[in-house]
Amino acid sequence: MRLIDYANPTRFLGLTATVLPWLAVVTALTFAVGLYLVVFVAPADYQQGETVKIMYIHVPFAWLSMFCYVTMAGSAFGTLVWRHPLADVSAKCAAPIGAAFTFLALATGSLWGKPMWGTWWVWDARLTSVLVLFIMYLGLIALQETIEDPARAAKASAILTLVGVVNIPIIKFSVDWWNTLHQPSSVFRMGGSTIAASMLVPLLIMATAFTLLFLVLHLMAMRNEILRRRIRAMRMIEAAGAE
Amino acid sequence: MSTSVKRLFGRSLTLDRGGRRVLSDLSFEAAAGSALVVTGANGAGKSTLLRLIAGLLRPVAGDLGLDGGDPELTIPQQCHYFGHMDALKPQLSVEENLGFWRAFTGSADATVFEALARVGLARLASLPAAYLSAGQRRRLAFARLLVTKRPIWLLDEPTSALDAASEARLLEVVGDHLDGGGLVVAATHLALPFARMDSLRLGPSVVEAA
Amino acid sequence: MSALSALFVREMKLATRVGGGALMGALFFLIVVTVVPFGVGPDLNLLARIGPAILWIGALLATLLSLDRLFQADRDDGGLDLVLMGEAPLELVVLIKCLAHWTATGLPLVIASPMLAVFMNMEPVAIGATTLTLLVGTPALTFVGAIGAALTVSLRRGGLLLAILVLPLTVPVMIFGVSAATAAVQEPVPFATPFSILAALGLFSMVLGPIAGAAALRHAGD
Repeated sequence: MRLIDYANPTRFLGLTATVLPWLAVVTALTFAVGLYLVVFVAPADYQQGETVKIMYIHVPFAWLSMFCYVTMAGSAFGTLVWRHPLADVSAKCAAPIGAAFTFLALATGSLWGKPMWGTWWVWDARLTSVLVLFIMYLGLIALQETIEDPARAAKASAILTLVGVVNIPIIKFSVDWWNTLHQPSSVFRMGGSTIAASMLVPLLIMATAFTLLFLVLHLMAMRNEILRRRIRAMRMIEAAGAE
Repeated sequence: MSTSVKRLFGRSLTLDRGGRRVLSDLSFEAAAGSALVVTGANGAGKSTLLRLIAGLLRPVAGDLGLDGGDPELTIPQQCHYFGHMDALKPQLSVEENLGFWRAFTGSADATVFEALARVGLARLASLPAAYLSAGQRRRLAFARLLVTKRPIWLLDEPTSALDAASEARLLEVVGDHLDGGGLVVAATHLALPFARMDSLRLGPSVVEAA
Repeated sequence: MSALSALFVREMKLATRVGGGALMGALFFLIVVTVVPFGVGPDLNLLARIGPAILWIGALLATLLSLDRLFQADRDDGGLDLVLMGEAPLELVVLIKCLAHWTATGLPLVIASPMLAVFMNMEPVAIGATTLTLLVGTPALTFVGAIGAALTVSLRRGGLLLAILVLPLTVPVMIFGVSAATAAVQEPVPFATPFSILAALGLFSMVLGPIAGAAALRHAGD
């Protein structure tokens, strides 16, 4: 069996019905381990105290905000180049999940920043870039929701997604430049590669757990979308055959 | 207290649109129980006459009158206008579209489901109007005339986009309306076989406005 | 169900279903507010000072841009003809359409404004005052904007013209909205005076908008 055979939506539904329960269990176990390590094992920061533990969810959210976009870009490529029947389903379903993770990254960043900066929001380069990414997600969702025909919506949003891929590095660069122009390094920065192993291990486990959660949510959303499209097609056939 | 409509008439109606005289010194009379079929070439002013009766256009001269009917209401308020556009919202279901016009127009008559059954769309009640074909949309728009009671029906090319079966059904409904003492003014370029009909032929009156 | 409540329910359904674009205004509002710091720089004190004005300008633009389809959709599908022929007074129809439009589009702007005020580093008092002035002022923008929407109903590309026609008419609402919001944080100026005038402008436009809008719609068919 070739890989392309999995593109058949019926086979996809069958396959995911088998895989999803196991994947959900693995996700729950990873979360259990990760949360245990974060709450009981990981050390509190000598400056920030327990507040630093927001990092263990904030960093995975930020990572997933980008990972979702990469997933969408891959799917968009599949839609435009290979006309893969599942690609636009995947792209459409990743967008709201990506927007949610991006929103959570912004919200947790804001909560983390409040004790650091004394204010809920600063126009720091990283936060600002993530905010722009969030707006792009919302724009993509709005585009998909506005065009009623799924095939046309998929092509339009695939083009916008890929334009975004080209533009995101430019946006990131511009925002960095804009920010340093106004605010030279006044912002708290995480210690980069000097992060201790006692913090790194729980962080990686949490990141894995959230990535698995994304997979579960994404597959579930894709199943719903396939079924929704089938219902739509059936109703259109019903309308045509009602004479 | 409303009495039944007896006669709708226009006297020396003149109407300009965009600097062009579309109707000039037109008089007509339509009696209840019989259809007035307005024929004429494209641009002769068939649709304009219907829109004038519906109160959507104003004549520069002449007047319209109604014998009988409800003296509390204006002529347009006693008319159902079935024009080229279907007044349907694609996002709403068939039932919601019709239900809205039933509640909005007042003096409710048939229920939504009775009207849908009458035009053969009862099975599609819960579908979004966006899924309907052109003929189905036309029939749904026509069902609007059944859910609220108005004595005068203004029909502009009523059978366009309809197949033979739907056309027969529509003519039957119009016939019932006439039997019930209703009044119909229909603009058409096809021969419509109404049981009792008078005809009004509009000439090619493309005259420059004075 | 009476004619007008049926109309309100239908307008809400249309706004909230796929393609209705009820939340598009709020998204546009977010983008306008986000773009400002790129122009003026991320200085938090400056942003806090201009915050109320930015929120008001964002709400004004978001309201105007969402208004161009207010009557146009009904005209395009022929529904407007039937409304004109109906027994329901056209002024009340315009009023109900404006109220439904505000509930679906304007109210989300008001709800979003405290969140966007955080981006502007505004103090809690200023956030509360700005949100309150937007709650009272955005209906006025919708009612005044409805006049422009009715005037441009038969034009294919009426959106930009609508903004040009309506923006001058919204100047008083802008002035008293922003001054009430800033008065709340600057001590000597009383909040109540500009706020009362703003409320009065709202009530006035609630009368003017439907009357002028209905007059414009009546002549659109000719």
